[in-house]
Amino acid sequence: MKPARFAYDAPPTLAAALALLAEHRDDAKVVAGGQSLAPMLNMRLVQPARLIDINGLPELASVTRDGDRLVVGALMRHADLARDPIVAAQCPMLACAAGTIGHYAIRQRGTLGGSLAHADPAAQLPLVALALDAEIEVASAAGRRRIPARDFFVSILATALAPDELIVAVRFPVRGPREGWSFRLFSRRAGDFALAAVAASLALSADGALAALRLAAGGLGPVPLRVDQLSGLATGVPMSRERAAAAARAVGAAAEIEENERVPADYRRELLAALAQDALDEALERAR
Amino acid sequence: MSESVPIVLRVNGEEHRLLVEPRRLLSDVLREDCGLTGTHVGCEHGVCGACTVLFDGRPARSCLLYAVQAQGHEVTTIEAVAAEGRLSAVQQALHEAHGLQCGFCTPGIVITMEAWLAENPNPSEAEIREALSGNLCRCTGYHNIVAAIAKAAARRAGSAA
Repeated sequence: MKPARFAYDAPPTLAAALALLAEHRDDAKVVAGGQSLAPMLNMRLVQPARLIDINGLPELASVTRDGDRLVVGALMRHADLARDPIVAAQCPMLACAAGTIGHYAIRQRGTLGGSLAHADPAAQLPLVALALDAEIEVASAAGRRRIPARDFFVSILATALAPDELIVAVRFPVRGPREGWSFRLFSRRAGDFALAAVAASLALSADGALAALRLAAGGLGPVPLRVDQLSGLATGVPMSRERAAAAARAVGAAAEIEENERVPADYRRELLAALAQDALDEALERAR
Repeated sequence: MSESVPIVLRVNGEEHRLLVEPRRLLSDVLREDCGLTGTHVGCEHGVCGACTVLFDGRPARSCLLYAVQAQGHEVTTIEAVAAEGRLSAVQQALHEAHGLQCGFCTPGIVITMEAWLAENPNPSEAEIREALSGNLCRCTGYHNIVAAIAKAAARRAGSAA
């Protein structure tokens, strides 16, 4: 359980980090919190020639507002996301989900950017990014681009990041008026990865009709999935608990679920329906 | 390609000038180079919690940090928790409630729970159990550890009032 040899750089600026990444590309791994990468290094599942440590870049650890977006720095740690009053008020799903990751000590180190770049299919923050239509802002020595979360998660532990790119921030939509949200997951033991998880965000119009719906599920296959279309819910229709229950059943019945030797797909399907029902109920409650 | 590099490690307020390979785990360097063997090494992949230290005041697995990363940061190990020979609230309560048997997991539990109680001064039993889920004990069944943390919380609350 000792890593293979690597060289180590702790660049003092973002520009220096990006220059190193441009030079070393696939030979280098970026380390932030290290709560997923270090176990993989220690078990020699990955053996990069070089680590580029971005913990010394405080400009990546800020939370700012840009119009109707909350721009959350990639180096924000889960524990800080969970207790930051601005995040709690403006993007409460993110704060809630971050507080459920791993264990207390893990949350003190693990970061938003790290979780997205690692892209575990059952992880909380990729699911939240997908559910909220967040944009992932990435930088390379050549410039910056924004990748919609829908296009970011490619497969298990695989993303749209190019080898010379680094996540610098994630742009989440700020919670709007009459918008309710919920984040629900189930794991057998506290701190384990979810067997299934659901993130729901819905907005009501003044007359109580559904104005917008975002629904996503994680832990079911290689990447988190949007399941809005499976729910049968249409905007403009009055929202009720009965409609939410029917939608949850529809999502459970229709979602694509990968067979897994330890957790049967049928069990996950029931779990998904139950979580979706709880999530839709809670989101509806909070929207009212 | 990866020569040893000189680092200055600040542990429990003391500076250690060391030559380390970048791949050396902070947990190993604390034990082998600094001689601070109170930090225990269990799983070496972040699961068991035995190697938890404070990194700039916040609990962190020292097996998931490399010693080179600790330059410019303050590391606190279990050796520094008992101030002037007086046990901390969690240490004292673990002693009184028989919250340990072999003691292997205890340093990680003390480090983690002191920080957690500072942030969560009035925890329920369920919250204590959840907080403890990141520290594996294979002896006790947790019952007495949970009781000890509750006792420490009550005592801390009393002394703060």
